[in-house]
Amino acid sequence: MNKLSRFNITSLTLGFAFLYLPILLLILFSFNASKLVTVWGGFSTKWYVSLFQNEAFMDAAWVTIRVAAISATAATILGCFGAIVMVRGGKFYGRTLFSGMIYAPLVMPEVITGLSLLLLFVALNFDRGITTIILAHITFGMCYAAVVISSRLSTMDQSLEEAAMDLGCTPFKAFIKITAPVIAPAMVSAWLLAFTLSLDDLVIASFTSGPGATTLPMKIYSSVRLGVTPEINALSTLLIATITLGVITASWANKRAEANRIKDEQLAFAND
Amino acid sequence: MQSSKSLKEWIVIAIPYLWLLALFLIPFIIVFKMSLSDYVVARPPYTPTINLAEGWQSIKDAFAAFDFENYVFLSEDDLYIKSYLNSLKIASISTFLTLLIGYPIAYGIARANSSLRSLLLMLVILPFWTSFLIRVYAWIGILKNEGLLNLLFLKLGITDAPIQMINTDFAVYVGIVYSYLPFMILPLYASLEKLDGSLIEAATDLGSTPTKAFWQITFPLSMPGIVAGCFLVFIPAVGEFVIPDLLGSNSTLMIGKTLWTEFFSNRDWTVASAVAVILLLFLIVPIVLFQKHQEREGANL
Repeated sequence: MNKLSRFNITSLTLGFAFLYLPILLLILFSFNASKLVTVWGGFSTKWYVSLFQNEAFMDAAWVTIRVAAISATAATILGCFGAIVMVRGGKFYGRTLFSGMIYAPLVMPEVITGLSLLLLFVALNFDRGITTIILAHITFGMCYAAVVISSRLSTMDQSLEEAAMDLGCTPFKAFIKITAPVIAPAMVSAWLLAFTLSLDDLVIASFTSGPGATTLPMKIYSSVRLGVTPEINALSTLLIATITLGVITASWANKRAEANRIKDEQLAFAND
Repeated sequence: MQSSKSLKEWIVIAIPYLWLLALFLIPFIIVFKMSLSDYVVARPPYTPTINLAEGWQSIKDAFAAFDFENYVFLSEDDLYIKSYLNSLKIASISTFLTLLIGYPIAYGIARANSSLRSLLLMLVILPFWTSFLIRVYAWIGILKNEGLLNLLFLKLGITDAPIQMINTDFAVYVGIVYSYLPFMILPLYASLEKLDGSLIEAATDLGSTPTKAFWQITFPLSMPGIVAGCFLVFIPAVGEFVIPDLLGSNSTLMIGKTLWTEFFSNRDWTVASAVAVILLLFLIVPIVLFQKHQEREGANL
């Protein structure tokens, strides 16, 4: 089954060209000296310079990074609890509702989630701003985190943890010593996922933010509505580069951790 | 875990449970309540509110003031009906197109050898991580009248005048297919990868043509991936706002955009809530089916 047919090669080439050409063109034109998007005026980094001098963008970037870091961290912790409940929770009253609430936000149209959270904050008389965006982002982030972590947790051999408890560990200690290291790579992926989702979110942030809290996507959206500008291209390129680097590093670290784990297991068996 | 749970186990369950109840389920109940309220020019722009300090009478008054006026309004204005129907149409067509484009890609990845395979998978996942807004924005530069595609067409002599592509339904389809393609490829790949190659060999040994073997074996066995992928594309596409707003025209009616306008431009929160409730009713069946499907197939997102 390992020989790719001509059909396979064609579909892969066309498919990946479709996925990547728009992004590559965007990156290319961020280095364009001309202000016109379609005319190549020579190589230049002036749009990056003017981007860094644009205070509104810099402020929005700082807000976004804070929101994403805080909400991703909280989402990963809550998602971890969620995953434990889904995989190890057994049967309890309201389980179907629980898994419904974990899966539904993954596909729920953002306009509905955004509107409903806004109405909640208004009903509670909660001042809207960075805090409300963070609360909203934790909520959808934790659902993604729970799904990512639970898929790792469900393939884990639970007898290891049982053995630790038989040898006198408390359930909490057994979790920290045995389970946590196993699901750690999944928690890293979950954190990165929650972080980028938060970094990326326009709709929910627009609904839940208040005066003075403008995130980068909100800022990008309002400038894009006015037209394509080379500065947005420069900003997009920086975001794409950061995320690409992050994802590649994470997957490399993940692979190494996995390889080490397999090696350790083999060593353990060899020593038996 | 044993069926009788200790206090600590209940705490582990309660933390995520209460969070989701407070920030996911209760907000929906508020949206539903809001959709039954009346619009007033005030801040916040709706009435009635339940004042718990005034006790039971206030609650009764509030319920007495609830009515389906907003829903009647939605059913009378064909803007909303058209928006719903058009959203369902655009989402269905683009889900089908995404499947059509995504299947050969997922199939190709599943058939590649393992080192190439992990590289290709990485390449599918990468755009999924990069900003949605940026990926939609990238198409504006390509599709607009003085954009790259029109420039190419003019250079090649395909047309004399630029073709209007931005601000059309065509651009919306391109945007949705492009943005949601990874969501289709990943579940498709997951089910194609599990496929036992010897089944196809057996079929071809027994005289089946490759095409027939594909339709009789590969395609039916990849059904779980097809179903999951279609749900993952269709459900969010119905309520999509960014793509029709940036790539579509003013006449591209999609319900996510209508809700946004109702809320941010007309500042009519009660009608926006009614729009959201109806949208949710449209989506509740696919969402429940999706959840059942995910639980049955195991959560391999």
